[in-house]
Parts: sequence; C-alpha cells; structure tokens
Amino acid sequence: MSAMLALQVDGLSVTHAAADGARTVVSGVSFELARGRILGIAGESGCGKTQLLLALLGLSPPGAQVSGSALLSGRQLVGADRRVLRSLRGNRIAMVFQDPMTALNPYLTIGTQLAEVLQVHRGLSKSQALLHSQHMLEAVGIDAPARRLRQHPHELSGGMRQRVLLAMALLCEPDVLLADEPTTALDVTVQAQILDLLLDLRERLGMAVVLVTHDMGVLAQVADDVAVMHAGVLVEQGPVQQLFDAPQSSATQSLLAAARQLSPTAQSLI
Amino acid sequence: MNSTPPLPRWSLLLLLTIVVLAVVVPWISPWTYYTPSWDELDLEPTFANGHWLGTDDLGRDLLVRLMWGCRISLLVAVAASLTSLFIGVLWGATAGYAGGRVDAWLMRTVDVLYAVPFIPFVIVLTVLFGRNIVLLFVAIGAVSWLDTARIVRGQTLALRQREFITAARVGGMSPAQIVRRHVLPNLAGIVAVYLTLTIPTVILVEAFLGYLGLGAQAPLTSLGVMIADGAAQLRSRPRLLICPALLLALLVLCCNRLGDALRDHFDPASGGGA
Amino acid sequence: MLGFIGKRLLVAIPTLLVIITLAFALLHAAPGGPFDSDKVLVPEIRAAIEARYHLDESVPMQYLRYLGGVVRGDFGPSFQYQDSSVNDLIAQGLPIDLTIGLLAMGLALLIGVPLGVLAALRRNTVWDRAASAIALLGISVPTYVTAPLLVLLFAVSLRWLPAGDWGEGALRNLVLPVVALSLPYVAYIARLLRASLLDVLHTPWVRTARAKGMPWRTVLLRHALRPALLPLVAFLGPATVGVITGSIAIETVFGLPGIGRFFVDGAFNRDYTVVMGVTILYGVLIVLANLLADVVQALLDPRMRP
Repeated sequence: MSAMLALQVDGLSVTHAAADGARTVVSGVSFELARGRILGIAGESGCGKTQLLLALLGLSPPGAQVSGSALLSGRQLVGADRRVLRSLRGNRIAMVFQDPMTALNPYLTIGTQLAEVLQVHRGLSKSQALLHSQHMLEAVGIDAPARRLRQHPHELSGGMRQRVLLAMALLCEPDVLLADEPTTALDVTVQAQILDLLLDLRERLGMAVVLVTHDMGVLAQVADDVAVMHAGVLVEQGPVQQLFDAPQSSATQSLLAAARQLSPTAQSLI
Repeated sequence: MNSTPPLPRWSLLLLLTIVVLAVVVPWISPWTYYTPSWDELDLEPTFANGHWLGTDDLGRDLLVRLMWGCRISLLVAVAASLTSLFIGVLWGATAGYAGGRVDAWLMRTVDVLYAVPFIPFVIVLTVLFGRNIVLLFVAIGAVSWLDTARIVRGQTLALRQREFITAARVGGMSPAQIVRRHVLPNLAGIVAVYLTLTIPTVILVEAFLGYLGLGAQAPLTSLGVMIADGAAQLRSRPRLLICPALLLALLVLCCNRLGDALRDHFDPASGGGA
Repeated sequence: MLGFIGKRLLVAIPTLLVIITLAFALLHAAPGGPFDSDKVLVPEIRAAIEARYHLDESVPMQYLRYLGGVVRGDFGPSFQYQDSSVNDLIAQGLPIDLTIGLLAMGLALLIGVPLGVLAALRRNTVWDRAASAIALLGISVPTYVTAPLLVLLFAVSLRWLPAGDWGEGALRNLVLPVVALSLPYVAYIARLLRASLLDVLHTPWVRTARAKGMPWRTVLLRHALRPALLPLVAFLGPATVGVITGSIAIETVFGLPGIGRFFVDGAFNRDYTVVMGVTILYGVLIVLANLLADVVQALLDPRMRP
C-alpha cells in the first residue's frame, strides 16, 4: 500500500493583483488527501474555493502570486516549470469545471475534445483515442456513445455534458480529480446520478477526489472528509460525520443551516 | 481583474483645443476665409505678417480657412449624428418596447435598408437636392441610424424584462410615458457610446462628399473640400493638402479614441478596440 | 442548407425592389433632367430626344418600363455616353473594380489577421500598442488622403511606380491603388481580430483546454482561432462590397476607368440609367456578399446550422 499521499497541500496562498492593491483570495490553506478518499471543500460563493483549485493547476489569472507547497504524489506543483505543469494537467491531475454549458468548446465535436487528451498525453492516434473515448463515455453512463462522439455540445443535455466533462477528466486515470461544483447546474435527479457515478469510480479506480461545493447535502452523500473555507481560510476540517455532528465554526454552522432548509437528503444524515 | 481604463486625456484635450480654435480663430483673425488677396499669393508660413500657416493660391489666409472648414465639418458631423441618433433611438426603442409584430416589421425594414448601398445613396441625395448644408446632414444622418437602432432595440428588450418596468405598468403608466421616463434614461450610456463612434464616421463621409464636390459650396469650405483642392495641387503646394489632411486625421483620431474608451468604460465585455 | 439559401434569396427580391423604387423616385423627384445642362436645344430636337428616351411618358410608366428592362437584364441606354448602354459601361468598369477590390481585400487579410493575432497575444505590450496605434491611424485617415501621399512618395519622389493609369492591368499599375485601398481595411481587420481573439481566450472552454494540459499551439489554433474568426467573416460580407464600391476615390486619384467614376459623373449629369444601374449592381453585390458571409458562418459554427 503506497504511503505517499495523492495530494499534500501546505500553507498555500494566492494573491491577486488588483487596481486598488493586492487581494489575498486564498490564505495558508493546508490539507492532505490520500488515494481513494473523497475530500469535500465547502464554503459560500466567493470564499476562494475555485481559486484554490486553479492554483493547484497553475491556472491562476495573470499577475497572481502563489506561494506555499502543493505536492501531487510527491511532485511540487507550486512554481513548477510550465511544461511540467502542462504534462501533469489532464494527465495526473484533472479538473471538472462548474458550468457544463460553457466548459465545452461549442465549435468542436465531443470526440475531438475527448480524443485530444489521449493524443497529447498518451501519444495515441486519433482513431485509437476515439475508441478509448467511446469506452469512457459508456463508463460514465452515456447512451449511444459512438454517436455522441460526432455530436456537438449543444446537442446534448446538461446532465450528459457534465458526464462528458467527467469522462474527459478521467481519460488518463489521474491520481487526483478536482471537481468544482459538479452538480450545481443540474437538477436533483441528475445530481444524484452524477454523485453515484463519482462513488462508483472511486471504487473502481481508487482515485482521490477533491469536491468543491457550497451544498452540504452533496457532501453528506459522498465525502469522507470535509474542510470548510471562509474568506480564503480553512476554518475547520475533519471526517464528515464529525463536522455534521459537532460543527465548531460559525461558517460551518451557517452552511449546515442552509443545507437543512434546502436539501432533504442532508436532513436524513444530519 | 483590472478596473476600467481611464479616459484618454490627450485625445480629449486635443479635441477640445481644436473645437476652441475652430470657434475662436475666425472670430479674432483679421482675415476672412473668402476674400482673395492678390498681393499675398502663396505666402510661406511666417510669424511676421501674421499668416501663421501662409496663404493659398488665391491669397487667402490658410489658418482661417482651415478653421472655417473645421467649423463646417464639425457642424455637419454633429448635426448628422444627432439626426441619426434621434431616428435610431426612436426606431429601436419603439421596436424593442412594443415587441411582437411591430418589432418584427420595424426590424425587417432595418434589414432591408442595410442592403442599400450607403455612399451611392448619399451621393444621389446630395446631388439632386441641391448643395444645401441642412440637406447634407439630413442625408447623412438618414442613412447612418441603422446600427444605433439595432443596439437600442437590444437594450430596450433587455430593459423591458426588468422589475421597475413591470412596476410602472402595474402603476398604470402608458407605454409612451414608460418609454420616456424609464427606458430612455437607461439607454443614455449606450447612446453616448454610439454617438461618439458615429461622429468620426460622419466626419469622414462629409469630407468625402466635399472631396467629390458635393456638400459645402464655395466660398464656404469644409475639410474635405480643402483636401480635394490640396490634392489637385499636390506637387506645387503640398502645404495645401497636408494641413487639412492632418487636421482631419487628428480630429477623427481623437473621436475614435474617445469613442473606444467610452465603449470600454460602459461595456468592458465588448472586447474593446485599439 | 439549401432551404436556408433559398429563403434568403427570396427575401432579397423585395429588398432589391425597394432599392430600385427608392432610387427611381429620388432621381425623378429631383429638379433637373439629363439634357438640361450643356447645350441649348431647339424644341423639336429636344422633344425628339425625350421621345427616344421615353422621358415624355409619365413617371409611373417610365418606372414600369424600366422594371421590365431590368427583369430582362437590360439596364437601358446611358444618357451621357450616347453610344453606350449601361450594360456596356458596367462591363467595362466592373472588372477593374473587382480586380482592385479583391486584391485589396486579400492584402488587407494577409496583413491584418497576423497583426490582430499578434496584438491579442502580446496584449498591453509594446507590440500591441504599436499595432493598435497603426490601426487607429488607418481608420482615421481616408483613402483620398493616403492615396495622393503615396503617389507623392513612390511615384514622384522615388519614381519606383507609375503615378496612375490602368495600363491594361499591368502589375506595376496595380500596386499603389491596391495598397492605398487596403490600408483602412488592414486597420479594421486587425482591430476586429484582436478584440475577438481576446474575447475567445477568456472563455470557459479555453480554460478547460488549458486545464487538460493541451499545448499552447493546440489551444490557439484549434480552440481559439476558429470562433475568433466568426466576427471577421461577418464583417467581410459588407466589407468586400465596400472595397469594391468604395474605390471612387482611388479611381479619381489614379485615373482608373472604373464604375465609380461613371456613377459620380452620372449623378452630376442626371444620367438616370447609369445611376440606377450602378445602384442596383451594388445592391445585388451586397445581398450576395451577405448571403455568402452567412453561409460561411453557418459552416464554421455548428450552433447556427439549420
């Protein structure tokens, strides 16, 4: 059993340059993620969750300063060379973005967008890559995968697009999957399906997942551990049941209160 | 990201300077723009006798003529732009607010009019209906309102969905009142942008017509007329081309720069220009 | 797709009708007629001329007669050039305008596209500011100013190129007119592409492509450039027509026998048929160019396909 952690973040800080001075959007965030575990990062909008994920990928906006340490299976991500980062992105660490409507290129076919990941990272030919992509589409529960490859994003439903994004992230079987609000833009039934899918994949591939959301109900269903962010700072973290039973910080409490009002699933677990 | 960029100060300053000069210089200068002076033909620019830009082939002071030409160009430009704006805003706001068939017909007309070749029509209009200055700017204005109408319609459609409009309708205001009191003021921003972008185009169109011999008639002159005259005497008296050309370029440049900046200011999402 | 094209062509017919009617009405509403100016005519001769050109009929009659001719492809005789028909004049002048216009547009694309892409990629650096400044200059200075200046420089001072004249389309004679005509379009295209590319580079899907670890060249060429070209294609429709019809200034400065000259002279001399003919020609060109631009856009953008 490998003792090396999938993701080890220590004192990660991100500062954005702004016209009226620098703004710290992520401040001294530290956490550990072992293989096969799902870490949920919860917080209200604007607390820096997405910026945290982008910083891990080296995709912070131009002019941003990133400091601290983030080890991906032992490899340092912060300040790494551009080419190294590019070879890791989509390959050893992948991200599923928030809005399936716009995260896919509307001008290219699904097949092209999936295949290029394998062509670049695994050196496959286009036809080989398309074949693999087709299998992956099937694995994430999309019907008629061969036909979908030739379609464009606007021809698919929101739920299907989200699955495609997921498939795209999983093609190279990354060590870590970063999921940014993967279910927020979807309706409740589809939400449940996607979450089941995540759990299923975690079983089969032993992947580590960082799931970012403001919806505690979602975390109640899938997360092993939860970290709560507020104004760029990690205010509380621990196993999911512990956080739900005995929330320490006011941020956690207000998130739970919001969840209680909206999500019946969360109710059953709280 | 970054805040909206500041307004270009130099362009604004230059533009204001030009306008002030255009108003003041003919006023205070001892020479007129139309009186030929046979003993002062073709003078080079000096400070001595007061002809700071020299004189032209008929002995008229070039600076005064230049500023007069500038006056005419600016006058026509502003008047035509306002005409174009008036028609465009009215058309677009009506289409956007009324919606349904009225909207469809109004915009279909716009689509058809888009196919009309612009310059030829203006030429025809100005040639036929006399070289009247007023007619000139009506003609130019009448063919440049299309873009404004489209944009205004889009904005109006968006505004219509907003709560304060619904509140006004529930309160019993008539559509005309609503358009006047609520819609139009909210259009001010986008209208300002399009005004500053229309003006340079109109200046160029007027200059072109002047170049062709239409528009302002002798002894009145505009920048376009002066450029045409200057171009004909390019080899012998290049000064007569370069001065109005330079002034025209500066004028249009400043207007474009300001228009771009205003557009960036009001709608940074539009991607901006130079 | 065929249905799409068919529908558009169908709409084009009433459009052209509107243009014809508008132009006709304007021409006949204005004071003066084609034979008023030059010579003083003996009344009998004048009546004969008017009968020959059907100017003695009522305006609605003339309109219908003209429409009939247009439908048959006959634009009527020219009033100023007594021996030529409008069709002749167009046949003479159009190839010249087409050659110069299309060459100018080609040159503008050749220079403008890379300039715009460079400005977008090197945003806010000295390259961007320089390119943008040049572009701003290009759209602020009209062709009838740059053309004489170019002549002054290259033909008079340096004596590298001829100062004017068509010269049967020899390459040397084409250079200056084409360059002068293309300058403002270089500017428009560069500005447009810069703005458009910057927009696309900030879209979520480009971010996804980068997050997948795609090399920059792939991101740019495959994910960004194609959508960025769409506004350019939309612009090219009316712009191509503009470059062909807007060469009036060029024709004047360089002494080229194109349609623009006929048009302006025709307007001055009340040569109704020439003015009408050229106007209709331009209208047809605009309709066709817009249609082509729409078709290309639909081909490039899967969302717009019917």
